[in-house]
Amino acid sequence: MSVLVFLENWDGKFKKLSFELISYAAKVAEMLDDKAVVLSIGKVDSSELEKLAAFGASKIISIENDLLKTLDDQAYAGIIAEVAGRSNAKVLILANNNTGKALAPRLSVRLRAGIASGVSKLPLSTDPFTVYKKVYSGKAFAHVTIKTGIKILTLAQNSFDLVESPQSFVLEKMDLQPEAGLMKTNVKDVQKQTGKILISDADIVVSGGRGMKSPENWGPLVELAQLLGAATACSRPVSDEGWRSHDEHTGQTGKIIAPNLYIAIGISGATQHLAGISSSKFIVAINTDKDAPVFEAAQYGIIGDAAKILPKLVEAVKEMKSK
Amino acid sequence: MKILVCISHVPDTTTKVKFINESKTLDVNGIQWVINPWDELALTRALELKDDAANGIQTVTVAHVGAATSDPTIRKALAIGADDAIRVNVETTDAYSIASHLADAIRNENFDLILCGIESSDHNGSTVGGMLAEFLGYPSVTGVSSVTFENGVPLIIREIDGGKEILTVNPPLVAVVQKGIAREPRIAAMRGIMMARTKPIKVVEAQGIDCLTEVVGYELPKPRAACKYVNADDAGQLIALLQNEAKVF
Repeated sequence: MSVLVFLENWDGKFKKLSFELISYAAKVAEMLDDKAVVLSIGKVDSSELEKLAAFGASKIISIENDLLKTLDDQAYAGIIAEVAGRSNAKVLILANNNTGKALAPRLSVRLRAGIASGVSKLPLSTDPFTVYKKVYSGKAFAHVTIKTGIKILTLAQNSFDLVESPQSFVLEKMDLQPEAGLMKTNVKDVQKQTGKILISDADIVVSGGRGMKSPENWGPLVELAQLLGAATACSRPVSDEGWRSHDEHTGQTGKIIAPNLYIAIGISGATQHLAGISSSKFIVAINTDKDAPVFEAAQYGIIGDAAKILPKLVEAVKEMKSK
Repeated sequence: MKILVCISHVPDTTTKVKFINESKTLDVNGIQWVINPWDELALTRALELKDDAANGIQTVTVAHVGAATSDPTIRKALAIGADDAIRVNVETTDAYSIASHLADAIRNENFDLILCGIESSDHNGSTVGGMLAEFLGYPSVTGVSSVTFENGVPLIIREIDGGKEILTVNPPLVAVVQKGIAREPRIAAMRGIMMARTKPIKVVEAQGIDCLTEVVGYELPKPRAACKYVNADDAGQLIALLQNEAKVF
């Protein structure tokens, strides 16, 4: 039996999310007295695959079939289900990102396996198999019992710390073909963001709201973000006004994130905004209104005007970095 | 061409949730129920597609799994502009049973494009759309921020980590849609509200319930420690606190 974790790659590379998934899978495997097996689909060099062993993978299965260059939900689900069967997987773990959201539900039906999505902690118990997950967009948590023999979990990004536990491992190159005629997704073009830190990957996010007053005032906010190696984000009114790109909208209907540090500047903290950022480990709020709800969610706050405070923060970060 | 939009019925997103019955049940007292925000955007996009005659969309149907208590939410979807509705008469929170009932109810209706919101704002599952596609044996695309038609074939933008893909999939298919699919939800006009009263809601009785998961309890987040304030004149102090106390740098 095994705990099988599915990994995608980004241009042949893994990222922190991949290692979080394996760390999590290895711990779940330990609770069940099982082994963690990794399934990687796509072209990834052996040296990159070997990095996975450090986080507790005892077996790494790599499938590089050219037909699988494009994510086709049906074809991928077929392959993963086949590998789950061959590895006698009891628990299947995917990321709670768009790829995981595409595949986990199809696998649930194929394998008749109950799903808990967006888990952020290890299972509360393994018999019954009960997990802890966010519901009502972070306003509450649920204990969910999965009643089937096979369980599927999708892990929220940035919610589980990396655990290094180097293993001796087996690397198996498996040649599996997608079922004939199943590739129905025809990708015509790919547009990638380059040179920008992704909001979902970032450890620090600096975010601006209507309190920034106008799009011309974003200079110091962007500078602060650059100095901190942070991603920039914004509230919904800001993206709706077109002051910043829609890609930057964090909140319930935008990006839901969990960085180490979220700095909310001129954001009052509507329920829908807080729903998207409440899993951040630290929240800093800067707002002129001392009664703004964002201060209830924040650990650190400054009551004042962003235009006056941002330059002081930029200076302080420069000073910190010069030491 | 026929479009189906699956809608979920959720507490208004500004609701402060509370639980009763030893934290096992949501306290529905005083809750305003709405169409799940992503489903509302999906419906808006479906109606926009129908508005353009060149797309050749004959009908936009909404489907819902739930008890008669969700009929006002379905009427709202009809008032916004859906032509008709299907409700599977069963109450369940398990995604697998919701999707299997939906699949049974619509299997013979031959929808070409099925739109589902990427998650419901109550259970945040992100699962019903993909499950429905698998039950029906249809292809699915998840994280869709745009759907248009080019010669009868859906042209789709899929959001991926760090970019977008532009792709086509021949119908029938399920598109699981997210932010960007429509700009603002369409609002019901008085005429729509009047017309919705006579639009048909087909009620389908569910055949047995097969739940794979069960919510055994809820808890509220632990209150965060009180906010520590830094004086605006000494804003730089914040950086020192983040470095030495929070240790985030």
